[in-house]
Formats: sequence, structure tokens, C-alpha cells
Amino acid sequence: MASGTELTPTSYIDHHLTYLTTQVSEGSFWVLHVDTLITSIILGVISFGFIWLIVRKATPGVPSKSQAFVELAVEFIDNEVKNTFHGNRHVLVAPLALTVFIWVLMMNAMDILPIDIMAWVTENVFGLHNWKIVPTTDVNTTFAMALSIWFLMIFFNLKVKGFGGWMHELFCTPFGKNPLLWILNLLFNFIEYVSKPLSHSLRLFGNIYAGEIIFLLLGMWAATGVSGTIFGSILGAGWAIFHILIVTLQAFIFMMLTVVYISMAHESH
Amino acid sequence: MNINFTLISQAIAFSVFIWFTVKFVWPPLLRAIEERQKTIADGLAAGERGRHELELASQRSSDVLREAKQRASEIILQAEKRATEIVEEAKRTAKEEGDRIITGAKADISHEVFSAKEALRQHAAQLAIAGAEKILRREVDAKAHADILIAIEEDLK
Repeated sequence: MASGTELTPTSYIDHHLTYLTTQVSEGSFWVLHVDTLITSIILGVISFGFIWLIVRKATPGVPSKSQAFVELAVEFIDNEVKNTFHGNRHVLVAPLALTVFIWVLMMNAMDILPIDIMAWVTENVFGLHNWKIVPTTDVNTTFAMALSIWFLMIFFNLKVKGFGGWMHELFCTPFGKNPLLWILNLLFNFIEYVSKPLSHSLRLFGNIYAGEIIFLLLGMWAATGVSGTIFGSILGAGWAIFHILIVTLQAFIFMMLTVVYISMAHESH
Repeated sequence: MNINFTLISQAIAFSVFIWFTVKFVWPPLLRAIEERQKTIADGLAAGERGRHELELASQRSSDVLREAKQRASEIILQAEKRATEIVEEAKRTAKEEGDRIITGAKADISHEVFSAKEALRQHAAQLAIAGAEKILRREVDAKAHADILIAIEEDLK
């Protein structure tokens, strides 16, 4: 609903896919997507603040309903981590998995909010013409998380195996110790290390972005007439219900991959 | 799809949230959960121990009961034996006492008989003397025949 300009399908989609940007410094890299950053931070503060408020009063006795809810989520994640990661998970991995799951889930869940109503609210209540409400449809968000986890992976490789051990693993696995295979092993591992953050981030980004586009197309269909509105609404509702699954599943997959990558960094081949 | 400064800012935000969870969210909740697990485990162990103790106690009580029954029957047996003994002893004592009384009575009787005989004999002697006196009074001088009379009297005694 780009106000003031002629509403065409292209301008409609363009409007919904345009970030609220600000130039931090010279150069094309130094652009900041204010909407992505602010939304994700607000969501993080709300969810982790909520959990913190409950956890602060956590009692080992009979838990309150809200504490039981948080414990349910935490124990679910703790169980998943326990099955994958064999070390002291409470130091970093389990809380990291909790952070990833909750944050990604919240950011993905923004996708279910009706896109045009949210656009109307940001435009008319906050006076912001462009505001992308779903942070995970921004590849910067998913890349930022995947790369942070990638660096953690490198860090744990170095910490657990030492530089020599890591180099040994890079050159001697998975094919063997033979010096003839060193280049092949290194190439293989290089591809693996490059593909890990790419698949990690693009899987989440792709799923949520595609979901967003489907919503936009359905919204566009709704603008074509009465029958389009009816079908668009029905299909939009269906897609939203289906999207609840995608939102949760993608958050879960992102968390599991995080745990798996970091466990792999802890274990020698 | 353009990578820009948002990447860095999001990474910073992500790190802050990770730090927050690691530092403030995870430990207290984990502590609460672990403490509760310990409480539950302790409770279950206590329950198991209680059950075991109950089993032992019931076993012990049945043992005690059996022993008590056995002892009671022993006591009854002894009491019956003792009762028979007492009865037997009483019978024997009674018989002895009876015998003793009978013997005493017999002795008394024979003594009575003897003294009655004596008295009778004396009476008879006196009668005989009195008779003889009456007879002899005419013919016998009491003084002259006193020695004879005394001798007779002695004989009759």
C-alpha cells in the first residue's frame, strides 16, 4: 500500500520488500537495515526479558504455570542438545541453542502477522513508510547468525583440538593420511567449511522469504476483485496455518544445525 | 539480497543475546530444575526405603506372632501338666491324711477299748471282791485274810 504512488503489482511487492535503511558511512557496505535490526532487538528483548523475569523467580518446588512453560521449552532444547553434544553443554552450547531457537522462532513468527495490516500500522502509527517486519527475510540476519556460529565452530576446533590437531583433521580426513590425498582432503574440508554457513543461513532465509512472497502474491490476488479477495483470504489463512509449521520447523532446524556444527568441532573424526 | 552493515549489527545483537542467556537465563533455571530432580529422586528413594522397611516390619511381626503362639501353646501344655500333677499330689496327700486319721482313730479306739477293758476289769474285780466280801464276811475275817484279799485284788488288776 504505497501511499502517494500508483499501486501496481510491482510497486506493491517492491514496497513490501524495501528496507528502512540508513547510511552509516561511505560505501555500499555501510548501509544499515534499521527495521531488521530494531525488530529483531525488540523481539529478543521481549522474549529473553520474559524468560529472564520468570527464571529470576524460579523455584525448585512446585513451579508456576509460566515457569512450567519456560521449563518445558528449556528441557525440550536441553534434551535435544544432550542427545547430540557430549560435553559440558551447560557452559555454552545449551544456552546458545535456547537463544537461537527462541530468537529465530520469534523472528520467523512475525511472518504470520498480516503483512498489509502491519505495513499500515508502521506507516500510519509510527510514520515509517518502509518497515520490513520479518527480520529473518533479511539475509543479513541469517548470515550474521550463521557466521557467528561458524566462528564459534572455528574457535572450538582450535580450543579442543589445538591448531595442530585441527590442521591434521583438515589435511588427513576424511580420505586418509596418505600425503597424496592431502590436497583432496583440504579441498573437501574447504568446501565443507564454506557450505556450512551458506546452507545454514540460506535454508532459513529461503524458507521464510518464500513464505513472505507467497503472502504477498496472495495479498495481490486479493486486490483483483471480490472472488480474488475470497480465494486470497482462504488461501492466505491456509498458508498462515501451514506457516506455523514452517516457522517452528525452521527455527528447530537452525538450532539443531547450530548444535551439530559445534558438536562436530568438539569431536575428532 | 545485499550484504551490508546490518550483518555486523545483527551479529553483535546475537552475541549480546547469547551472553545474556548464558549468564542470566540458563543457570538459575537449570539450578531449579536440578534441585527439583534431586528432590524427586530423594522422595522416590525414601518411598522405596519405606516400602522395604514395611516389608521387613511385617515379616518381623509375623515372626513375633508365630513365636508368641508357640510359646502360648507351650505354656498351656505346661499348665495342664502342672494341673495334673497338683491333682495327683492332692490325691496322694489326701490319701495319706486319711490313712493317718484312720491310724489315729484306730489307736484311739484300741486305747479306748483297753481302758474300757481295764475299767471293766476293775469293776469286775471290785464286783468279785464285793461279792466275795459279802460271801466271806460271814466266814472270813477281813483282817485275817487281808493278805489274800490284797493278792486277789492285785491279780485282778
